[in-house]
Amino acid sequence: MTTLVIADHDNAELGAATLNTITAATQIGGDVHVLVAGSGAGDVASAAAQVSGVAKVLHADADHYKDGVSAEIADLVVSIAGDYSHILGSASTSGKDLMPRVAALLDASQISDIISVDSDDTFKRPIYAGNAIATVQSSDTTKVITVRPTGFDAAAEGGSAEVSSVDAAAVNGSTSVVGRELTVSERPDLGAADIVVSGGRGVGSAENFKIIEELADKLGAAVGASRAAVDAGYVPNDYQVGQTGKVVAPNLYIAVGISGAIQHLAGMKDSKVIVAINKDEEAPIFQVADYGLVADLFDAVPELVAAL
Amino acid sequence: MKILVPVKRVIDAYVSIRVKSDGSGVDTDNVKMSLNPFCEIALEEAIRLKEAGTASEVVLVSVGSADIDTVIRSGLAMGADRAIRVDADNDLEPLAIAKILKYVVEQEGAGLVITGKQSIDGDNNQTGQMLSALLGWPQATFASEITIEGDGAKVTREIDGGLETVAISMPAVVTTDLRLNEPRYPTLPNIMKAKKKPLDVIALADTGVDASKRQTVLNVSAPEARSAGIMVESVADLVDKLKNEAKAI
Repeated sequence: MTTLVIADHDNAELGAATLNTITAATQIGGDVHVLVAGSGAGDVASAAAQVSGVAKVLHADADHYKDGVSAEIADLVVSIAGDYSHILGSASTSGKDLMPRVAALLDASQISDIISVDSDDTFKRPIYAGNAIATVQSSDTTKVITVRPTGFDAAAEGGSAEVSSVDAAAVNGSTSVVGRELTVSERPDLGAADIVVSGGRGVGSAENFKIIEELADKLGAAVGASRAAVDAGYVPNDYQVGQTGKVVAPNLYIAVGISGAIQHLAGMKDSKVIVAINKDEEAPIFQVADYGLVADLFDAVPELVAAL
Repeated sequence: MKILVPVKRVIDAYVSIRVKSDGSGVDTDNVKMSLNPFCEIALEEAIRLKEAGTASEVVLVSVGSADIDTVIRSGLAMGADRAIRVDADNDLEPLAIAKILKYVVEQEGAGLVITGKQSIDGDNNQTGQMLSALLGWPQATFASEITIEGDGAKVTREIDGGLETVAISMPAVVTTDLRLNEPRYPTLPNIMKAKKKPLDVIALADTGVDASKRQTVLNVSAPEARSAGIMVESVADLVDKLKNEAKAI
C-alpha cells in the first residue's frame, strides 16, 4: 500500500496545504510519495523531500507543467497511478480542479474534502456546507481523495527522502494560462494563518476595509471577508471565507461586522477561538463566538488596535 | 452551437437541513427543493450566450426520478429551450452522472457544457471535471467570466490567491463560480410557456452506463455543535480575555 500526494506549488515554493495532505496520507498507512510536476521546480522537490513522513519525491520537469494545467498534469498522474493504492490532492482550487479529472480517467469515484481518516478505505467528509458529516467507505481499487487542509495538522520538516525524476506525459495542449491577477500581500496566507481578521458588509466600503487591515497587521494576521463583502466589491474574491470560499481554522478568528450567515460559518467554525464584533446583538455570529462584543466597529476596531 | 447545461435538484439553499436520528442521511421529506444555485448560474450564462447570438440552443439535462421534473420545469422557465431527464435514482455518484452526461453530450452533439462547480448537498465538486476527462475535452472550472472567441473560449477562473484567465479550445466543459452572473427570476408568462416545452426522458439502460455505487455511506451525523461563549463589555475586557484566558494573542 503506497499513497501518492500531488503537491501544490508555484514552481518556487511548496503549497502550505500540501503539508496537511501529507499528514492525511501518513494516517492512511503505508509509504507516502509526493509528485512535484512543474517547470524548474527543483526547489519544491527538495522542500517536499524534507517533509517528515515522505519516503520518495517524484519530480516531473517540463514546460507544459509550468502553469499547473490540470489537463496536462492529470495525464501524468494517470501514467504513474498503477503503483499506488491512494492518490491524494489538497482541496485547494488546484487540487479541486485536478483530482476529479484524475479520478475519472482511472474510473474511480472520488472522495472529496476529507477531514478525517478512519481506516485505509473509510473517511469522514463534510456535506451540506458542513451541516452534516458523512462517514464514507470506498470500494475502488485506487482511491482518489481530496483533503481539507483544516482537518489535519501540517506535517513538520525532518524527512530526507530521495528525489527521482519521472518522465513527462505527452503534451495535451488544449488549455493555456494567458493571465493571472494574484493578490500581492505581505500578510500570511489566509488558509494557513495563525490569526485571521475578517470583515463583512458592516465595514461598508473598500476604503473602510483599511481598518480591518490595520488590525490584521497589528496581529500579524491574514485578512478575510464574508461573501457579502466580496460581492459588494470591498475586497477581491480570494479573501472570501465560507462554504464556497476558503475554509479556515486558525487559532484566533476575529469577525468584524459579519452577521454570521450559515455560508460564512461553514468556513470558520472550526477556529480555536472566535471573536465577534458587531453592533447588532441579535447577529447569529454571536452564537458561535467565544467572545462577543456588541459595539460599533468603527469605534471598537481602532480602540483594539491601540490597545494591542 | 448547442450548449448543454447539466443541473441538479437539491434542498433549497435557505432551508436548515436536519440530520436523521438513525444516522442514515439528511431528511428530505416535505423539504423545499430547488435548482442547485451554481446550476442556476450555469443556466443563466447559457441563456445569455443564446441571447447574444453565440449559442443556438440551450438544452438542460438532469439525472433522477420523475420527482425532479418540477425543478427541471423551473429551469425551462428561466429560458432553456428543452430538457432531458435520464431516469435513474436521485443519489448517483458524480462518476456515474459524468458517464451518463457523456452519453447525452455525444447524442446531442453539444459544443459546450456549462455546469455548476458543485451541488450544495454533496459538495463534491467533481462532475464537470469528470465529464471533461471522459470526453477528452479541456475544462475551465470556477468561472467568473466566459468569452467565446471563434473556436475557443477565454475563461477567468477564481483561484486561491486571485484570478486566472485560461484560453481553451472548444468543445469544452466550464463550471461556474458565484460571481459569473446573477440568475434571472422566471416571469409568469415564461413559467406558463415552460409547461409546454419538451422534456424527454431517457432510460438509464439506454445510456449503457453502469451506475452502481462505489461508496457506501456508513453514517451521517450532525457536526459537533459549537456553544456560544460570553459577551464582553469593552475592548479592554476583550483584550484581557484574549491575553489571559484564551491566550490567543
